[in-house]
Amino acid sequence: MTIQDNRGPLTRLLMSDSGGRKLILLMLVLAVIIPFCNLVFAEGSFFHISTYTMTLLGKYLCYALLAIAVDLIWGYCGILSLGHGAFFALGGYAMGMYLMRQIGDRGVYGNAELPDFMVFLNWQELPWYWYGFDSFAFAMLMVLLAPGILAFVFGFLAFRSRVTGVYLSIITQAMTYALLLAFFRNDMGFGGNNGLTDFKDILGFSLQSDSTRAVLFIASVLALIGGYLISRFIVTSKLGRVLVAIRDAESRARFLGYRVEYYKLFVFVVSSMLAGVAGALYVPQVGIINPGEFAPINSIEIIIWVAVGGRNTLYGAVIGAVLVNYAKTVFTGAFAELWLFLLGGLFVLTTLWLPKGMVGLWDLIREKYRHRQNTAAPLAQGDQT
Amino acid sequence: MTAVPKHIDNPAVLYMNGVSVSFDGFKALNSLSMVIEPGEMRAIIGPNGAGKTTMMDVITGKTRPDSGDIIFTDAAKNTFDLTKFDEAAVANLGVGRKFQKPSVIESLTVFENLEMSLQGGRGIWQALIHKLSADQSSKLDEILSMIDLQDKRGWMAGSLSHGQKQWLEIGMLLGQEPELLLIDEPAAGMTDEETMKTAELFKRLAKKHSLMVVEHDMDFIAALDCKVTVLHEGHVLAEGSLDSVKANPQVIEVYLGR
Repeated sequence: MTIQDNRGPLTRLLMSDSGGRKLILLMLVLAVIIPFCNLVFAEGSFFHISTYTMTLLGKYLCYALLAIAVDLIWGYCGILSLGHGAFFALGGYAMGMYLMRQIGDRGVYGNAELPDFMVFLNWQELPWYWYGFDSFAFAMLMVLLAPGILAFVFGFLAFRSRVTGVYLSIITQAMTYALLLAFFRNDMGFGGNNGLTDFKDILGFSLQSDSTRAVLFIASVLALIGGYLISRFIVTSKLGRVLVAIRDAESRARFLGYRVEYYKLFVFVVSSMLAGVAGALYVPQVGIINPGEFAPINSIEIIIWVAVGGRNTLYGAVIGAVLVNYAKTVFTGAFAELWLFLLGGLFVLTTLWLPKGMVGLWDLIREKYRHRQNTAAPLAQGDQT
Repeated sequence: MTAVPKHIDNPAVLYMNGVSVSFDGFKALNSLSMVIEPGEMRAIIGPNGAGKTTMMDVITGKTRPDSGDIIFTDAAKNTFDLTKFDEAAVANLGVGRKFQKPSVIESLTVFENLEMSLQGGRGIWQALIHKLSADQSSKLDEILSMIDLQDKRGWMAGSLSHGQKQWLEIGMLLGQEPELLLIDEPAAGMTDEETMKTAELFKRLAKKHSLMVVEHDMDFIAALDCKVTVLHEGHVLAEGSLDSVKANPQVIEVYLGR
């Protein structure tokens, strides 16, 4: 029961994780079927999946990766970040800046040197922080570094000063709000209110073409699986158990000699980078990034996804993100004004009756079913105290 | 009355001199001085508010004293001024602490709790790639049998009884292999039988480690059969064998008599 060694890395990660195995299998199947049905079957065919649907699903997967990032710090280390939308948005902006550079002279003003919004603002030259975004590799590095460095600096200060609990939540919320205000300003050089949009190409491939969309969808699936496995690797290691110790008994972890602040910082930075990757994949699929992504409400919604799906399982976060966002798509279409009430109600219901979310509900149902099957057999599993 | 021989050239494992701490004008520790010898077991008693927990806080780096020295000597005879270190650093120097309220990680198994306590490998990267060695594995088995939880190694720590949690936490201290163990009310919530077993365990430990035990239970202290220090209003009121301390009129006045 205690031997975790001498097995392949994947076996170790997924050995006792049937939820994760199913999730990855499902994702791989989707990665094949959805682009296939989109590209091979003609419109009007029964098997055709529209580009709209594929892109929508891709968007959900980006949210799911974001939810995994939040579950990693909240579910396993007890860090309730109400500002994770900021890391998602920063990753998105890094990708958006690359996509803006890809437009070249095809903008409204036909200026090859400057993006349209800068021409509009009468700027003469590209600000220094836009340098390098012509390169895809550099932009991808920034997708990781921009959120990572912010998380590092923020986390270093907060965790070293031992800011925990609700105070930490409040300052993360303040962080994303401050960024929202900053990115709204035109003179920040990120497109102000309108953000970055009108993208044309990615790596030279048109963003409007179905095949590019299909590749982005597949990339989202792979990023989700990758993010899941990285998170799983962390939580199944001894480091993961230290995180749980910090969550459950922080001072015990300290008196055992663990530098709680470093552990928190590590997982916070990893999580912010996962969020950044999610944001970077989100932007080319939805076609825009604007300061609205920094809105505090967005970060709170992520928490609801994770809570509804069931925290502390990783795959629960994926389930929650997809279900809540699907509901959002349906309800904001049908009765938009009710959506926020529904979302709030969902959170209250989950908190009151389903502390373990959908995953917990499923376990409960299965338990009941199993219990009914062997009602005759006595309950002697040996785990009652 | 300690059974451990004193060597002149053996520096004290813990040397506290004139340690004072005040919180908003209230002197929690008032020029506290105390010496713990290597391999010694020491019982600390005193009424509520005498400064027992604050004393443990300053030793383990949780609270910085306003003045005074706290010198710790490790197995290799290196000396450290503990007032310069934080909790994690003090723990890694070789000072283990058990809290009054059992503090185990409830959602990990007994085995995982102990595994986490094992000496070494406190860095992030080490924790990420950690694999249990054969040595560590046998060390864990040894601790499990010492604290009598072999058959519960796979249990969630949260499902243990109160007394078992206390034992698990003591086991976690053993995993750290500290020079000095600070133990706050170990017998709280234990049955009489468990209390006596705990006293036996501590007496065995005192051969290899130095122990400082804060306790209210006089039967338990009698069973420990060691030197007793009485704290009162942040300083040492009396020190000596349990019998001599019990006979001290000042001690009777502030503590035992009431």
